[in-house]
Amino acid sequence: MNKFMIVMMHTYRSKIKSKPFMISTLITIALLFVVTNMNEITKMFGGEEEAKVGVIDKTGNTLPVLKEQLKAAGADIKAEAFSKSEKDAESSVLNGELDGLLILDKDTSGMITGSYKAEDVTNQDLITDIEMALQQIKNKSAAESIGLNQEQLAAIYLPVTFEKDSLSDTAKSEEEAAQVYILVYVLLFFMYMSVMMYGSMIAVEVATEKSSRVMEILISSVSPVKQMFGKIFGIVLIALTQLAVFVAAGITSAKLNERLSGSESIIKEFKLNEIPIPLIIYALLFFVLGFFLYATLFAMLGSLITRVEEVNNIMTPVVILIVAAFMIAMYGRENPESGFVAGASYFPFFTPMLMLLRVGMLSLPVWEVALGIGVLVGAILLFAVIGARVYRGGVLMYGNAPSLKLFKQAILLSKQEKKNTTG
Amino acid sequence: MLTIKDVRKQFGSFTAVEGLNLEIPKGEIFGLLGANGAGKTTTFRMILGLLTPTRGEISWNEKEISYETSDLVGYLPEERGLYPKLTVREQLIYLGQLRGMSRTLIQEQTEKWLKRFGAEEYLNKKVESLSKGNQQKIQFIAAVLHRPELLILDEPFSGLDPVNVELLKNAVHELKKEGTTIVFSSHRMEHVEELCEHLCIMHKGNSVVHGSLKDIKRAFGKKNVSVKADFDLRYLKDTKGVLKHRLTADGITLQVEREEVANDLFQAIQAKGFVRKFELEEPSLNDIFIEKVGVVHE
Repeated sequence: MNKFMIVMMHTYRSKIKSKPFMISTLITIALLFVVTNMNEITKMFGGEEEAKVGVIDKTGNTLPVLKEQLKAAGADIKAEAFSKSEKDAESSVLNGELDGLLILDKDTSGMITGSYKAEDVTNQDLITDIEMALQQIKNKSAAESIGLNQEQLAAIYLPVTFEKDSLSDTAKSEEEAAQVYILVYVLLFFMYMSVMMYGSMIAVEVATEKSSRVMEILISSVSPVKQMFGKIFGIVLIALTQLAVFVAAGITSAKLNERLSGSESIIKEFKLNEIPIPLIIYALLFFVLGFFLYATLFAMLGSLITRVEEVNNIMTPVVILIVAAFMIAMYGRENPESGFVAGASYFPFFTPMLMLLRVGMLSLPVWEVALGIGVLVGAILLFAVIGARVYRGGVLMYGNAPSLKLFKQAILLSKQEKKNTTG
Repeated sequence: MLTIKDVRKQFGSFTAVEGLNLEIPKGEIFGLLGANGAGKTTTFRMILGLLTPTRGEISWNEKEISYETSDLVGYLPEERGLYPKLTVREQLIYLGQLRGMSRTLIQEQTEKWLKRFGAEEYLNKKVESLSKGNQQKIQFIAAVLHRPELLILDEPFSGLDPVNVELLKNAVHELKKEGTTIVFSSHRMEHVEELCEHLCIMHKGNSVVHGSLKDIKRAFGKKNVSVKADFDLRYLKDTKGVLKHRLTADGITLQVEREEVANDLFQAIQAKGFVRKFELEEPSLNDIFIEKVGVVHE
């Protein structure tokens, strides 16, 4: 087995067995399960239960209509006439026999009014349901009073026919845009999370090897460049493994939910199964490339520090870059056509997120995507070369706090050793 | 044979090693001595190919040392380091594989060495849970696991108790018998005297003494006279030809510039009383080191 593979597999194996990896993966899987099964879970927590509302109907004839209206709206409310006084009703509410009390009356113009009383008025769903039902009844009776029949009333409330159509052949349909919106969101988030998590993992790993001084043995048997890239590839493999596990867990959980509830799963609801294949390929490509870029940066910075405690210091500037990319992407989701987003998408540290967003939401000409990928690959190569240089020098330097001076020193030291780089 | 030819290493304006010439034949134990900062570790790093000499050449069997030849070389760095979170087994497998070994061979060798060092029970323990001495044994095993042709030991015995020093020394002797060429550095002169046939004392990047232990001692010329007697011996220090003296618990040790001075000293103690000991000694490496380098560094 060649040494690059040995380093890669060692990194992969030792990290995949590590507790933090296991725990974060399990938590995310649990979270995915909860999200995909939200409907079943809410049902479990008494979603079935009907709210019991006592009604004192002073108009005399509204209650049956209200009952009908609530039933038609599918609200879980049981409205029943309350025969005793308002005082009794209020005490029934307070001692928990009733969830609420509704008093129906007519105002001076003969229109229905409602007054709802409950222990507290925080149950917005219930209140809105009742209010909506009353509104319907009022509309109807008002319409009747001015002599409109059912059809005329329906005509008033009929929504306007409004269609959107893009003229360009390659433009995304509204539906596609919505899918992309979700995909981009998921991807941005996953990318942000994994760069933060694995980026620090790489930096910590390099710093640990330096601080435990195992580095000297390592670089006496395998060249720093091979070692650095072995490590980066190993961690990219881990990230991809985790991504695969998440996707598999998400799909399984959604399928399970479909069987359990019999309703459409979250995947179909958001039409995630209809995401065009090219977009998924782009997403993976940008994810991997972006990951490489940040990983190389982290490995380089990790080689400059001596102690694991210093990892946080070097992380900050990189984290700011990622957060900036994330923020611009969030803005770009609302304004994908913005020139600012377009410009920023060619800045290599933003490209993975922003270019994907633009590919998904706009109909970009191929050359723009290719240029974006080109910029990204170029930046990866550039940072790989600089990173490898700094790494070579950095791993032999001990003691100083990370600084620009140190960076220069490392480059200088490795320049002198350049002759050996081919080794 | 390890050949170091006119090697110079410069870091910026600082010269770490200057005009170093060494030839170390196969199967020999070679000692590299020097105070801290003398350039020992830099020399080792150059031999290993971690640093490139500014000038000069280093070769192993007429081949330049690079990552191509790294499987032939074993290295025990001065700053000990292993992965604290890995078990001894995982550790040795990884480091062994990086030296081009197969898993089965690693397992076989690991068993052999652990048994030899009486550390079999640590095979599946995490390194961080081991005592410092045991960590050092593991580190030594990591350096020799792949049966290197050339073994570089930077301060191999520092921080070990006498029992473990003995254990390691025996291992070094055995490796030598098997034909391994060993270069090692130490501050402990007695270890060097015991193990090395040839040595080099470095001072501020320069080689100040270089050759076989016997020749070095002979060339040094000065000898020691150790005297123990029941009467006061302090007056001996004024004898002509005495360079230095050191009072011991029940006597005196004098450094003399020639063997003949010992004769004068012997005459001087005649008839003064009972003499328990009078001995003409070879100079110790420690004396030579102090003389050449000026300070002892522990």
